[in-house]
This record gives sequence, C-alpha cells and structure tokens, in this order.
Amino acid sequence: MDGIHDLGGKQGFGTVRYTHDASAFHTTWEVRANSLYAFAVRSGLFNMDEYRHAIERMEPRHYLAASYYERSLTGMATLCVEKGVVTREELECRAGGIFPLATPAAAGRTNVATRERFEIGDRVRVRTDYVAGHVRMPGYIRGKTGVVINQSPTYPFPDAHAHGIEAQEEPTYDVRFRAEELWPNSCDSALVHVGVFQSYLQRAE
Amino acid sequence: MSQSDQPIRGFKQTAMIEARVNAVQAALRERAPNAEVALQELDHSAQEQWVPRNGARVVARAWTDPAFRQRLLADGRSAVLELGLTMPKHHRHLVVLENTPTIHNVICCSLCSCTAFTLIGLPPDWYKDFEYRARVVRESRTVLKEMGLDLSPAVEIRVWDTTADTRYMVLPMQPQETVGWPEEKLVNIVTRDSLIGVARL
Repeated sequence: MDGIHDLGGKQGFGTVRYTHDASAFHTTWEVRANSLYAFAVRSGLFNMDEYRHAIERMEPRHYLAASYYERSLTGMATLCVEKGVVTREELECRAGGIFPLATPAAAGRTNVATRERFEIGDRVRVRTDYVAGHVRMPGYIRGKTGVVINQSPTYPFPDAHAHGIEAQEEPTYDVRFRAEELWPNSCDSALVHVGVFQSYLQRAE
Repeated sequence: MSQSDQPIRGFKQTAMIEARVNAVQAALRERAPNAEVALQELDHSAQEQWVPRNGARVVARAWTDPAFRQRLLADGRSAVLELGLTMPKHHRHLVVLENTPTIHNVICCSLCSCTAFTLIGLPPDWYKDFEYRARVVRESRTVLKEMGLDLSPAVEIRVWDTTADTRYMVLPMQPQETVGWPEEKLVNIVTRDSLIGVARL
C-alpha cells in the first residue's frame, strides 16, 4: 500500500534528532512492548510481515503521532484482535480506556507469474505495480532502473506472507540506483541500494 | 475519526500507553502460562544480549584477521557465527559493507526499523524517526553532515535501505593509530553509530 509508513524521499522533515550513542529504550514499558511483539512472533501468533503490515495500516494521524513502541504495540494488539486471541472489548476494559487499533487489511497477492531470474550486473526496472496490501517496494523506486549487485537467499514473499496467502519463496536482489535518477536535480549525489523482491522487477533493455 | 477509533464500551479517553501495554500482556499471560518467563527472557536479551559490542567484536576480528575478514565479506552470517553470534531465523543473509578512504556506507530502513539488531543492538530513536527514514536516502551527504560526519566530496556515499530480511552492517575503517593493537582493545573503540554508518572512527 502507498501508506504513510513509506517515507523514503518524503520532503519537509527537519534535522534528525541525533544524539551520540542514543539509547534504544527510555522506559520499561518500551522494553516490554518490544518483548510482547517478539513473544507473539516466536509463539507463532503472527509473522514479521503481518506485524509490519499491521503497523502500516494504522490510521495516518495515529501513525505520525505515536512513538515507535506505541506503533509496535498497536500493530501487535491489532493482530491479536484480528486473530481472535483477545477481543478489543477485553483490551479496552483492561486498559480502562480506548485502545486504538490499525485499520483493516486490503487484499494481498501472490508472486508475479512472469518474474525472472537475474544475474549480478543485469539492468532491471522496478515494475509500476500498485499493490493494495503489504508490499516491500518503497515508492521511490517504482518504475526506476538500476543494476543488480547482489542476490539473497529466498525469503517468504511479503505481499502474500502478510495476508496468509500461499506463495513461493523468492530471492531479493540488491539493486543499485543512482540517487540522481530517483530524484533528478533534487537530491545529494549517492548510490542507493534497495533489497528488491524478484516479483517487483523486470529486465531493463 | 476512523472506524477503528470508535469506542466500544463508552470510553471517552484513549488509555495511557502503559495501560495498553499492561492490557495486552495481561491478556497474553492469562492465555499462555509461560508468557511471563518468556517475556522476561526477551527483556533481558533486548537490553543485555543484543548489544553493539557484538558488532564491535566482529569488526575487531576483521581488522586483525585477514582470512576472517574475507569470510565475513563473503558470507556474514556464517562468519559471525564463528564468534558465537547468532541472528534470528528470518534474517537469512548478512551483508557486511566495507568502508574505504573513498567509499562510505550507511544503512537505514525507510519503511520501518529493520536492523541487524542482534549485532548492532536495537536501533536508537533517530534511526526509527521519520526525519532519518525520509531524508537519508535522498539527502545522504546533508544528513550525515548534520549528524556530525562531514565527508569529503571525493568520498562516494552508498546508502543501503533495509527493505527485505537481508541485514547490513558497516565495517568501519580502522584508525591508523590503532594498527597493531590487540583485538580485545580494538573492540572498545568501535561504536554502534559507526556500524550503522553515521560516524567514522
């Protein structure tokens, strides 16, 4: 989905709030929120793609206003409710207030039937697909051309895996793009590498 | 107000975040008697076991053992296992990115927060913040400069967006004055931020 989470290249954000050796956690509830999602994944309640997609499905105002671990908790709780582990009513009674959850998922999809294998050095173009459900193609590479520089082992196909749809595992390709081709006349010069699933790619002439 | 924000039992206020965390964990504990023990183990791992010192050990070994360095660059996941360091099952591939005098690598996750967290540690706030996620892919040199790393124009920047379950870690350049130091001492100079690539040593 072209969701609020797809931030790469978005403009208007200010200086990174960087402090040297900033800590990962600030309070105990953040540690526990992180452990809750990890416990649910380990217990087989849901997989990482379902979890990522549940966060992406948060209402955009909530997504932008929530801290990282609030987003994590919201995604995790949404899946627990959707999978029937707990009702929203129970969560709200226990919490003593409204428990905002993510919005429902759209349809997922299986692998692209015409996907090809690529070799290191091949020029590839990212398909101009618009996917309603989960997808791991950042919008800034859609339709763009780059060069394959590495190939991964196969992974579950996220567009299917986040939706409980049968699919074959696929490799990802590390594709090298020139920032100047992604954002002509509007970026710093750099090489930008993205791990791109096979189904998202076609051969470039 | 979206449908998902509609209160069910007449509550008018959103519950405090701590109360929501407690609600979820109470519900899980009731259904899974082993949950609390498992959660405490995860709390411990996140704070004590998955720490940047793991990545620092890998770097120090790579600096002092050329054969290990080659294995690390060829197959990161197998190489770190030689040091007893593991990665989650779903992180099936570790790509180690070697900085040179003319190449600087920096990692990010524009879509969420993906990191080689068992090696680098759970990511800091700024890595997960919108500013870094939005800007580092597009304005890498500017962002790095704002973060205190002012690279010469002669240095090529390579950004790595962690959009799949392959994980990345930067292999920083060894400071000249530390050549010849023992591995145990080198471990102490490798920072998390240099493993992410927003700092050089």
